[in-house]
Amino acid sequence: MMSEQNRNGEVWVFAEQDNGKLHDVVLELCGRARELADRLGVKVAAVLPGYKAEHLAPILYQHGVDRVYLIDDPRLELFTSLPYAETVIRLIQKHRPQIVLYGATPLGRDMAPRIASATRSGLTADCTDLQISDVTDAKTKEVWKDLLLQIRPAFGGNIIATIVNPFGWPQMATVREGVMPMKPADPSRTGELIREVCDLTDSFFGVKVLERKLEEKKVNLKAARIIVAGGGGVGSRENFSLLFDLAAALGGAVGASRAAVDGGFIDHDYQIGQTGTTVRPALYIACGISGAIQHRAGMQESAKIIAVNNDPDAPIFSIAHYGIVGDLNQVIPMMIKAVKERN
Amino acid sequence: MGYHCIVLVKQVPDTANITGEAMKEDGTVNRAALPAIFNPEDIHALEAALEVKDRFGGTVTAVTMGPPKAADVLRACLYRGADRAILLTDRRAAGSDTLATSYILAQAAATVGDFDFIFCGRQAIDGDTAQVGPQCAEKLGLPQVTYLEKIIDIQGKTATLRRNIGNGWEDVQTPLPALVTVIESANTPRPASVKRYMKNKFKRVPLELPADSPEAAQAKEKGDLLEQWGLDEINADLQRCGFAGSPTKVFRIQSIVLKKEGFASVEPTEEGVRSLVRELIEDRTLG
Repeated sequence: MMSEQNRNGEVWVFAEQDNGKLHDVVLELCGRARELADRLGVKVAAVLPGYKAEHLAPILYQHGVDRVYLIDDPRLELFTSLPYAETVIRLIQKHRPQIVLYGATPLGRDMAPRIASATRSGLTADCTDLQISDVTDAKTKEVWKDLLLQIRPAFGGNIIATIVNPFGWPQMATVREGVMPMKPADPSRTGELIREVCDLTDSFFGVKVLERKLEEKKVNLKAARIIVAGGGGVGSRENFSLLFDLAAALGGAVGASRAAVDGGFIDHDYQIGQTGTTVRPALYIACGISGAIQHRAGMQESAKIIAVNNDPDAPIFSIAHYGIVGDLNQVIPMMIKAVKERN
Repeated sequence: MGYHCIVLVKQVPDTANITGEAMKEDGTVNRAALPAIFNPEDIHALEAALEVKDRFGGTVTAVTMGPPKAADVLRACLYRGADRAILLTDRRAAGSDTLATSYILAQAAATVGDFDFIFCGRQAIDGDTAQVGPQCAEKLGLPQVTYLEKIIDIQGKTATLRRNIGNGWEDVQTPLPALVTVIESANTPRPASVKRYMKNKFKRVPLELPADSPEAAQAKEKGDLLEQWGLDEINADLQRCGFAGSPTKVFRIQSIVLKKEGFASVEPTEEGVRSLVRELIEDRTLG
């Protein structure tokens, strides 16, 4: 059955951890969960399944969490979908939170839909903003108090959709890493640890992890102060070498839009935008990027944006601080030259 | 003998070529106004199923939900090697969100029955939610293996699969039946076979042909009719389909208004670029 609204329900964050370390997106979500919970006048809680992960609870408190539900079991050391999903499902049924937030990580995007299906609740993927507001039903004029507005770009970038679920609580959403700013930790904050028992039968553990190989990420866009990004207008894999040259001269990293990745000019690891990495560098140089909303969602918080594009009507110019209308194959070498001159 | 694979495929609007005019008043998409393509990752899901059939024997059933025109992707599946194709089409399914969609697809898979695998693309490019696969798995009580990279081995009722976990990979063993979502790096889809194309190009679902027309009668006579199911054929609870079964509601659709502040146009000349770099050094953007 779809669950009813529980107005006193907590705001939950799924505390994804691996090898005793919390995923960054969890702490980012804690900050927003705190704001939502304060608006609603309820507590923030984190759900922390794993093995020997208790030491993570104080970090969660410091980022705004009031209560941690710890599920400690050796069988939960490595993530597999069914036991993790079932653990959260049972806790949702027991405590009836009103909102549950997940990182839109490979793990979160695997597990959250399974939980939504079992609890028959609404789940919105890859939200770029979350707010609390009253909502009036357009047809019935019924007013729903204090719903979670789940905001995300949709359909090729022409629109921003706001999704709500007045029925089918908890209201659930996933958010990509880097989309919500991480608030600084408050070392004076403490919270309450609640131990929950994992009473899953072995039938939930049918899928076994045989071997795992983690690879160092080749590209670290999140840490880059300067990013030189290319789009479909770069035209080829060969032309991307120009962008690498400029990035090298500036001491920055190279990024790409989805069009460049889909065009086969560069690997997906470099992708910036709603379905890639979200970045906030000091300087973002967009080369041959038209500026679809999905891309802008991943870079518009950059402190300075330079757009180079031969189409003066490209949407990217509307958010750029500096615009250069011209051929990137001519403009980028000029930039490299100018940067090298000042060195 | 062998393995029976169901592949869930979707015809999607080509999101690279969308205009605002394709949106309806209620915030849903007017799919008819857009060029429609085979969802890219679903082609890889089909290939995974065909790989199982080639390596271990078996059959492949393609299932899609959509308007009659979505039979295009079913024919594409037949051209590549699917053995059976089913269209789920019912006006009462309109407005389904991922939860309602997964319910309908799960009911359809259960109606097809007796399968070892359900393969589907990780996500569809019209929503990028990646929700329907895991939701179907939950509805059917199946284990799920997401982001398939490689089919390592299948022995009896156990499959060993490599999955991508973002920052690396892991090999997992899953009991069958299982639902597997597939990403593009998993395989290289085969092209359509000419022979299979010639054999299947005239296949139509009944709704693609005018009712009681000579064409319809002829298609039936020649065995050119594809299976077409509505919600009744899959014993769907109507309260769980369409708008009624969808907890997520589109509350508001906004066009993007871009802010324009502090914009400076720079000439594409050596001097223009040089003064830009100088300005960025002065305001300490460049260290």
